[in-house]
Amino acid sequence: MANSDSSTNPSLVDDDDPSRRDVIVIGAAAFAAIGGAAVLWPLLDQMNPDASTLSLASIDVDLAPVEEGQAITVMWRGKPIFIRHRTAEEVEAAKDVKLADLPDQLARNANLADTAPATDENRAAADKEPWLVMIGICTHLGCIPQGQAVGSYKGEYGGWYCPCHGSQYDTAGRIRKGPAPENMYIPPYAFTSDTKIKIG
Amino acid sequence: MAHESTYTPSTGIERWLDTRLPIPRLMHDQFGVFPMPRNVNYWWTFGAILSFMLAVQIVTGIVLAMHYQPTTDGAFDSVEKIMRDVNWGWLLRYAHAVGASMFFFAAFIHTFRGLYYGSYKAPREILWMLGVLILFLMIATAFMGYSLVWGQMSFWAVTVITNLFTSLDTLIPGLGTTLVQWIWGGFSVGEPTLNRLFALHYLFPFIIAGVVILHIWALHIPGSNNPTGVEVKTKSDTLPFHPYFTIKDGFAVVLFCLLFGVFLFYAPNYLGHTDNYIPANPLQTPPHIVPEWYFLPFYAILRAIPDKLLGVVGLIGAIVVLFFIPWLDTSRIRSVSYRPIFKWFFWLFVICCLALGYFGSQAPEGWKLLWGRICTFYYFAFFLIIMPVVGLIEKPKRLPGSITESVLGKKDTSASGGNA
Ligand code: HEM
Ligand code: FES
Repeated sequence: MANSDSSTNPSLVDDDDPSRRDVIVIGAAAFAAIGGAAVLWPLLDQMNPDASTLSLASIDVDLAPVEEGQAITVMWRGKPIFIRHRTAEEVEAAKDVKLADLPDQLARNANLADTAPATDENRAAADKEPWLVMIGICTHLGCIPQGQAVGSYKGEYGGWYCPCHGSQYDTAGRIRKGPAPENMYIPPYAFTSDTKIKIG
Repeated sequence: MAHESTYTPSTGIERWLDTRLPIPRLMHDQFGVFPMPRNVNYWWTFGAILSFMLAVQIVTGIVLAMHYQPTTDGAFDSVEKIMRDVNWGWLLRYAHAVGASMFFFAAFIHTFRGLYYGSYKAPREILWMLGVLILFLMIATAFMGYSLVWGQMSFWAVTVITNLFTSLDTLIPGLGTTLVQWIWGGFSVGEPTLNRLFALHYLFPFIIAGVVILHIWALHIPGSNNPTGVEVKTKSDTLPFHPYFTIKDGFAVVLFCLLFGVFLFYAPNYLGHTDNYIPANPLQTPPHIVPEWYFLPFYAILRAIPDKLLGVVGLIGAIVVLFFIPWLDTSRIRSVSYRPIFKWFFWLFVICCLALGYFGSQAPEGWKLLWGRICTFYYFAFFLIIMPVVGLIEKPKRLPGSITESVLGKKDTSASGGNA
């Protein structure tokens, strides 16, 4: 009689099929792991740019007041956009550079294919070569290069000079010397009329 | 050392507590009768100084947070308001800012103490690694705290340091950019970034406090090392923590406060950079970006390496390598005082770290860049080459037979026989 209680009957424990218990243990652990990962994702993803940040995606800029030789800086997605109305000499200087002399030979132009070479045509606005529109952020560690203001030092190549670690950019915004690995990036943009552009 | 508890509760309330949550027993065993090597010198007081500084940072930080506003429009002004309008705000903010410098000063001394006396060697490896972890968390905490001021240096330090992650783009295209935008919560450093830096700056000191408890736990298993590096052998090698070391540590904290006070009251801005009193301007990078002094050696290492990704690897590696010291040092003995060859390399290493600090503050050009590179090489060679090799070839000086012998001379141990 005393042994009829199955919970204390050792023979029943021995009989127990161990593979059945494994299924339960593995199943429960797997369920907990997947559940944990599913909960982790919202906790991580909340840090990504939110809806309001993403919706600030495009701006319109009027270029009419920008004379040849002048440059303006506008903000797009919290980044400075350098717009330079280049002189004929500046365009000429950029065109004269051989592709092989460039540390970064890709155009880095969001409006062209990723593999487009870094020629001046591929860097400048389509069919409007005097206009150069690019993200004014040094590709080394994100400082803002100087060279927008008329009197400022523009570096050895007459484009831009980054004060942080001395990167030098030419008049097409291509890296020529210093630690920056890439040309300054060209944002997605298009001319909406002869003197207006839409960035983003 | 782990030792038998000698605590006997003497009052009713203590007896009641002792069978429920025996905190009095813990305090008695760990900070009352805890046996300390009798020969530890003043370099051993920096642990107490560091605990004190952590408390200072937490207390001043929490009251600052009552007035601080983590928004891009409000942050800089709220810090100025703390300085000008809030009652005693100038004192609280300066105590927190100067306190961070003092905290690092003490942490560096404490770390070099451990290096010199071989306190990382068995059985103290975990103790040492927890210390390195604390240093790492302190660096992260101070970096985030500095960003909260939202001055020009704050803003550009955050920009440059977070951009370090974009170097991962060279490994897997897009990885670095994705990671950086996740850190920023946008396409550039902005309000979401400031907000999360504030949340984490508030959190991290409490994580540090938790790791400090583990650090002390790991210390109280083998007990403290000492200037000879010879383990405690007998009771006559030790003295109880209280009153001998409570008094000594307390005295050292007072002396340290004098130094703290000199900076706090007479030169509160001496250790900072004036550009951080210019509000952040995302359109203009200051001509020279310089981190706070305690980051300069690491910054010099970053800039000494011409490749973007490898520079970051060097920066992080400079801390990570410290975790491996217990296994990189092949010497049979602990204390550098008894290591005639290694001694020279050690002091050269100290000079190298100071020099890296200097080069980190200078523009990386010409001979300064060259020497910055030489020092960077030595920094890593010291751990990766000199430590393993010198430990194998060096013949150490004769160690004293015991701690007691090192303090009282040989005569005493032979006469007092009772310790054998
Ligand atoms: C490990 C301990 C801590 C360290 C090393 C540390 C470090 C720093 C540093 C370097 C600054 C910039 C100082 C300046 O130039 O003004 C700062 C600012 C700040 N910290 Fe901390 N901190 C610590 C703990 C805390 C805690 C626990 C809080 C609580 C919330 C806190 C809240 C603040 C606030 C609100 C600011 C901005 C106001 C200011 O600039 O003084 N800190 N911290
Ligand atoms: S950020 Fe421009 S050179 Fe480093």
